Amino acid sequence: MGTLEQKPDNLLANVLCYLRSSSLFNELLCSAQDEAQRTNIRFTDLKKGVQNGLVTAGWDRKLRNAIYHFLQAQPSTASSGVQGSPEQIKEPITYVRKAQLAWEKKILKSLNSMCTELTIPLARRRPEREQKDMMVRWTELGVDGPAFMRGSSGICRGIAPHILPITFLWKANLDLSQIRPVYAPKDFLDVVIGMQNPNCTSTGNIGSSDYPWGLVHVSMKVKTLNELRLQYSEFAITQCQTGIDDLPDVPPELFDTDRTRLGRKVLAAKHAPISREFSKKGCPVSMRAELWCHMLGVELDNVDVLYYEQLKSYVLQHDLLVDNLLYKDVKLTATNDDQYFVFEDFLYQILLPFSRDTYILKHFAYNSATPPKSYIRGKLGVEEFAVTYPPNGVIPFHGFAMYVAPLCFLYNDVVQLYYVFRKMYIQYFFRLHSVSSHPQGIVSLSLIFEQLLQAEEPELFYQLKQVGCQPLKIAFKWMMRAFSGFLASDQVLLLWDRILAFDSLEVLPVLAVAIFSFRKTNLMKVQTFSAAEAVLADLFTLQVMPLLQLALFSK
Amino acid sequence: MARIKFASDFDKSVLLNNFENRGWIQVGPEDDWNFYWAGVHNIRNVFSVDSGFRLQDDQFINHFPNHVELTRKDLMVKNIKRYRKDLEKEGNLVAEKDETGRFIHLDFIPQTFMLPADYNLFVEEFRKNPNTTWIMKPCGKARGIGIFLVNKLSQLKKWSRDGKGNSFTPPSAKETYVISKYIDNPLLIGGKKFDLRLYVLVTSFRPLKAYMYRLGFCRFCTVKYNASLNELDNMFVHLTNVSIQKQGDDYNAIHGGKWTVQNLRLFLESTRGKEVSDKLFDDINWQTIHSLKAVTGVVSNDRHCFECYGYDIIIDDNLKPWLIEVNASPSLAATTSSDRIMKYRLISDVINIVIPPGEAPDVRWNKVPDKENLGNFDLLYDEELANAEQGQQDVRTKPGMPNPALRAGLRDTKRGSQATWK
Repeated sequence: MGTLEQKPDNLLANVLCYLRSSSLFNELLCSAQDEAQRTNIRFTDLKKGVQNGLVTAGWDRKLRNAIYHFLQAQPSTASSGVQGSPEQIKEPITYVRKAQLAWEKKILKSLNSMCTELTIPLARRRPEREQKDMMVRWTELGVDGPAFMRGSSGICRGIAPHILPITFLWKANLDLSQIRPVYAPKDFLDVVIGMQNPNCTSTGNIGSSDYPWGLVHVSMKVKTLNELRLQYSEFAITQCQTGIDDLPDVPPELFDTDRTRLGRKVLAAKHAPISREFSKKGCPVSMRAELWCHMLGVELDNVDVLYYEQLKSYVLQHDLLVDNLLYKDVKLTATNDDQYFVFEDFLYQILLPFSRDTYILKHFAYNSATPPKSYIRGKLGVEEFAVTYPPNGVIPFHGFAMYVAPLCFLYNDVVQLYYVFRKMYIQYFFRLHSVSSHPQGIVSLSLIFEQLLQAEEPELFYQLKQVGCQPLKIAFKWMMRAFSGFLASDQVLLLWDRILAFDSLEVLPVLAVAIFSFRKTNLMKVQTFSAAEAVLADLFTLQVMPLLQLALFSK
Repeated sequence: MARIKFASDFDKSVLLNNFENRGWIQVGPEDDWNFYWAGVHNIRNVFSVDSGFRLQDDQFINHFPNHVELTRKDLMVKNIKRYRKDLEKEGNLVAEKDETGRFIHLDFIPQTFMLPADYNLFVEEFRKNPNTTWIMKPCGKARGIGIFLVNKLSQLKKWSRDGKGNSFTPPSAKETYVISKYIDNPLLIGGKKFDLRLYVLVTSFRPLKAYMYRLGFCRFCTVKYNASLNELDNMFVHLTNVSIQKQGDDYNAIHGGKWTVQNLRLFLESTRGKEVSDKLFDDINWQTIHSLKAVTGVVSNDRHCFECYGYDIIIDDNLKPWLIEVNASPSLAATTSSDRIMKYRLISDVINIVIPPGEAPDVRWNKVPDKENLGNFDLLYDEELANAEQGQQDVRTKPGMPNPALRAGLRDTKRGSQATWK
């Protein structure tokens, strides 16, 4: 909260402005009115009485939480006092900005060429009947997909064939096998690797900052092992952790009993910073869903439910090309995953509305990426006819669905699941697939990974480099997906506990280093890239917490 | 120590690899084996008087002679009904009933009738609740063969007309059916119906010694669950048997519709809380014990025998588990690679409990395996230990404990004792 020291007036004004414009303000006024009307309040101490009443009604906590989450959402550049164009606030370093721009162009080109190749539009309005059909199938889209796909099976399930004129099958009758993910982690890694700082001339010395051992060739200040140790001091081996010390074979009186008792208190307090502090040692399984909501500031009201319904109706009205991408992605990842396949239908109910949610556009104020624009047919380049495509500005990549999948274990209610995911995305996940100099961005995380692994396991790093197997080539996809789909689901959740609790993605590279360390003996023997990949292919037996402790505190 | 000789009626790799990795030698079922993994059809021959076969002290076989008491649908129901009645008669508190006349602790199988024997009883019950769906299952068949749903009496009449030409011959096991109340409020996950397949190892019925396998799994239907009546004929909606689901278009060969019990637990604990999910798994353990106790009196407790049962359980949306049936010969065919690993470990763990590693096979051992030999099995119930504890318990009687069996269990929760899974 560096802001407080630097520009207190400005900040205070911002907070007040934010609170006034939020729905909270109106509710506060209403409850204040209620309090004032109480008969037991004397007119002379009206103010005091109302204030006390509001505190007992929990307004104290609500306002604290609101301010906390507002401050959290402030872009870090604002707090560091950098003034500049919105562009500079998004990304202060020019060459990084350029790299992101070039990357976006490339994605769009590939998206456009897919449209042209398959002669499908980016969007089309669904005919009435198709809308109805989709509404009926809303909770089981996994069977036939978002559009009217694969002719025969699509028709015979549920709907009698005679009411469907063949013309409706139109282009939607497209074969999903022709749809391919716009990009995969490997493509994005190439972008990160390809970045060069033009202000830096190479000295040609291997191992120096401008010609490092690793793949990332930009120099950014990232945390060292010692700094990470301080940041994650709660991971110390002397401290008990949920996920290790609460397992059934450990006597509960050692840790679990007290932990559960404390957890109940924390839940009752409903205060975000307290939940964060508690979750640093992990969330007990049965409390996780609620603790995450507190940490993220997700509290549903009727408006949120309506808003979700609205998004759903947008999905029903229009068929977007990205729907096919999302559908294909789920089919390629979650559908074949023995942990997540049961949630396939949930994933569509999250991902499709997500692509229509223009609320997501707000996060581009602090994301180095810029939402892609499309033009209404025939008006190419005319600014008034520009629309963001897809409406939320996010083009999914191969593995995108895995950001949602682990959350399905926590929330059985789709609407709640939606808002938790949305918050997770605009707070954390977007950083894992945009080029930026932010300390939480994927470039910095990659750099932490390489530097940490070099510092902790120099001989391993050297050996792998010698046989042509740069460690980042394997670890990058883990980090880009926040390990979802690579670890057992309970372990992913334990890992994400720490992302939320420490409000930082820096735990990802630490874990990646730990995994390399842990499999070191086998990795030292490999002679090829594919052999190294094989050693690291199955991570499902790994326990996250002992590994993190190993990486941070064993030496 | 002489090398152990095994015989097997199956050429399943999960079995043969296990035996061969132990350096065992394969012999024929007619030869002098130490360990015979027999098919249920051959078990009768082994134990029949005509065969003149007498098992030696170093011979183990994987079925009890009359396991059908537990594993044939009609006999299991009969035995459990009798068990409940007996407990009720002796005034045991386990047989407590609530105000509507339902057993509080023992109501764990869906209401079931034998057909054609109990036809009249069934019709009476059907008329009481005409809007319930019932499920018909042939007694002697497995893997979902011959199963259909019924919600009108006329469907039953048609079946009996089609099935039997001659009503004078008494029905054989193959022609008898059980009809059970269909669990029409199953717990759905991701909108899909599933059942549980749990493995239970019994090494002795008198005294009862049973083990529960930790790596059971949920089997999911590929098609969204839909309770509506016009889906009654779509068996993909209702039956979770892998052999049925495999024929569906949407069968996925990578996971085979199987979800581990650990995943189920993570999901339930996260979405419903720890207390209720703990209770669910406790209930499952208790109903397994009761189902086994129900047959201890009738199974011939041959000390050469052990058996690894496949328990099929459906959980309803109140998180109440229902025991559907018990299989004597759960499938050992591996549908996916993780399935293969799991089943390989299952067989390996079974062998380690039946024949302690490093020792020669001997049926006279006390059948109390060391903890490290349990593998992924947990002790579910050991009657000797439970009785010993109950003895101690009676000395220092604690008031307010509902019944001896549960009391032993509850005490174990606190003491972490060995008599049951706690």
